[in-house]
Amino acid sequence: MTKTVRNLLLAVLALAPAMTTAAPSGEALAFTCAGCHGTDGSSVGPSMPSIAGMDPEVFVDAMKDYQADKRNSSIMNRIAKGYTTQQLEDMAWFFARQRLHLLPQKYDAALAARGKILHDKHCEKCHEDGGRPGDAGTLAGQWMPYLQHTMDDFMSGKRDWPRKMKRKVDAAIADDGKQAIPALIHYYASQH
Amino acid sequence: MTKITRRDFIRSAGGVAALGAGLGFPHIALGAARRVVVVGGGVGGCTVAKYLRKLDPSLAVTLIESKTTYTSCFMSNEVLSGERTLESITFNYDGLRRHGVEVVTDMAVGIDPVKKSVTTAGGRNFDYDACVVSPGIGFKWGAIDGYDEAASETITHAWNAGPQTKILRRQLQAMRQGGRVIIVAPPNPFKCPPGPYERASQIAMYCKHHNPRAKIIILDAKDAFSKQGLYVEGWTKLYGYGTGNSMIEWVGAAAGGKVESVDPSTLTLQAEIEEFQGDVVNIIPPQKAGAIAFAADLVDGDWCPVDKRTFESKRHKDIYVLGDASSAAKMPKSAYAANSQAKVAAAAIVARFLGREPGDPTFVNTCYSVVGEDFGISVAAVYTLDAANNSIEEMPNSGGVSPANASPEIRRREVSYAHSWFKNVINDMME
Ligand SMILES: Cc1cc2nc3c(=O)[nH]c(=O)nc-3n(C[C@H](O)[C@H](O)[C@H](O)COP(=O)(O)OP(=O)(O)OC[C@H]3O[C@@H](n4cnc5c(N)ncnc54)[C@H](O)[C@@H]3O)c2cc1C
Repeated sequence: MTKTVRNLLLAVLALAPAMTTAAPSGEALAFTCAGCHGTDGSSVGPSMPSIAGMDPEVFVDAMKDYQADKRNSSIMNRIAKGYTTQQLEDMAWFFARQRLHLLPQKYDAALAARGKILHDKHCEKCHEDGGRPGDAGTLAGQWMPYLQHTMDDFMSGKRDWPRKMKRKVDAAIADDGKQAIPALIHYYASQH
Repeated sequence: MTKITRRDFIRSAGGVAALGAGLGFPHIALGAARRVVVVGGGVGGCTVAKYLRKLDPSLAVTLIESKTTYTSCFMSNEVLSGERTLESITFNYDGLRRHGVEVVTDMAVGIDPVKKSVTTAGGRNFDYDACVVSPGIGFKWGAIDGYDEAASETITHAWNAGPQTKILRRQLQAMRQGGRVIIVAPPNPFKCPPGPYERASQIAMYCKHHNPRAKIIILDAKDAFSKQGLYVEGWTKLYGYGTGNSMIEWVGAAAGGKVESVDPSTLTLQAEIEEFQGDVVNIIPPQKAGAIAFAADLVDGDWCPVDKRTFESKRHKDIYVLGDASSAAKMPKSAYAANSQAKVAAAAIVARFLGREPGDPTFVNTCYSVVGEDFGISVAAVYTLDAANNSIEEMPNSGGVSPANASPEIRRREVSYAHSWFKNVINDMME
């Protein structure tokens, strides 16, 4: 942290109204997410992603993007702004330790088979092990409507692509055209 | 990319590991398990029962609920529009039984805070080390002259979901073409602040297809309501609000919306300025805490004061009050709020059994409303405790309502989020 940044933060703190900030545990913080993301982060609602087992850095990065209004969100931006970085990290570690429970989804087997080929060729390098919880966002078994929303946001330019991802998705589309993204989504849905 | 150090991990993991070490079977050495008796198997009661067992499987948790199934109020407005069935919002208690909760079907009629025992209508006594009460709301019958429990057979409240919801749905289906629905909205505070307006919206959605000349009039005891700007945006877009031909009309208090009396035989309402007559009338009466809160001396006025760090009653030790019945400002009376409060209370009870001070609480609320086809809106907040004032405060610069004039895609997604929220919150409370 540079001296300028430090002084700026100190100035902001001095301006803030005196309030003894509470320090709830990571578990207590994470429990409040369950109403939408399921008990301990395993969602049973098709448009809400499961966040159990998520990599803590991916979690914190996502929440910081929401805080900065960098994602096409309807509600997570409003919620993310209610937490300090420390609280986000505490929550991240809680979710990182949770086992992901997935429910089966209906998918098209032929599309899923194409999707597996595309995944192995273009996506596996970052989303390892078929997109299971790891260093990148969890894809395996993730809800299809959620994956669809996410891909819509990338494709329409409403969300910034992570490093290399645009090139990889373009390559998958070059292989399979319009079917590429549905194929990938059906493949991930098949991996519960 | 964020770099999280090993030290951070040990810091945050350490707290939980230490807590975990204290859990498991801490009381076996002491003999009998600690007993928690929960009164009311709604959102607050179910969630606290599940999370108590999750945090400390050695606890003996008994849930006393008067009904054999729970019919949620949340999503019950979609039953009115025919978007879903009553069965789709009705759940049994087997999930809680699988979590090791003893579920007793009976009505709690008294709580003795000295003997620490709950008495039921069935004549049984349940001794407790800690008692949690989450009975929901009761109605102030008679606040509107002529409106009492007997009148609610024809003029529904439908503010506790179940048979009432069915009656109102049937009345809407049977209404003549071009008929008039009147909804009487209550004064603050009441269960689900955006609920009456979501109800008007859902009824409009039904009428748009099945009774296009119908009118829905909201007579309100207030001059403003939750998510008002967004409702007006949705009503304007979907139901012609603001034009001479609007399907929905809202009459606020200043315009004479406050209803003083009703004649159930003619479905006529006397409001402050004029009389209104409806084909279907729905009165959401003013509210107070559920009856057991009064019987057990837990109220101060209409609601139950609590220590907001733990949700322990301010009136009796070792009794905790959650959800709609509690006085939990600035949290609204919502399912999300009751679910969030229940986890704070569960953690506090477990900590106290272990001889520890309860940790700092944290709360969230989110309420979705479906205004019409592909038009969802929400309000959300992250809350923290202001211990000095025993109040729950929104974190600054966060939360709030959906943006005005959002894209159709965002409005459409909020409908799907509403339905996903419903699945997750039910699952989190009782599965
Ligand atoms: C139309 C409508 C729409 C809503 N929509 C939403 C929404 O979208 N989102 C949201 O967050 N909230 C919503 N709510 C609010 C939500 O339903 C309540 O805030 C929530 O149910 C409160 O939980 P609770 O535990 O306090 O009470 P309840 O869920 O009402 O549970 C109380 C339970 O206690 C039982 N009981 C009471 N007294 C006794 C006794 N003496 N002995 C035994 N059992 C007893 C009752 O039978 C009941 O099962 C809505 C409400 C309505 C009316």
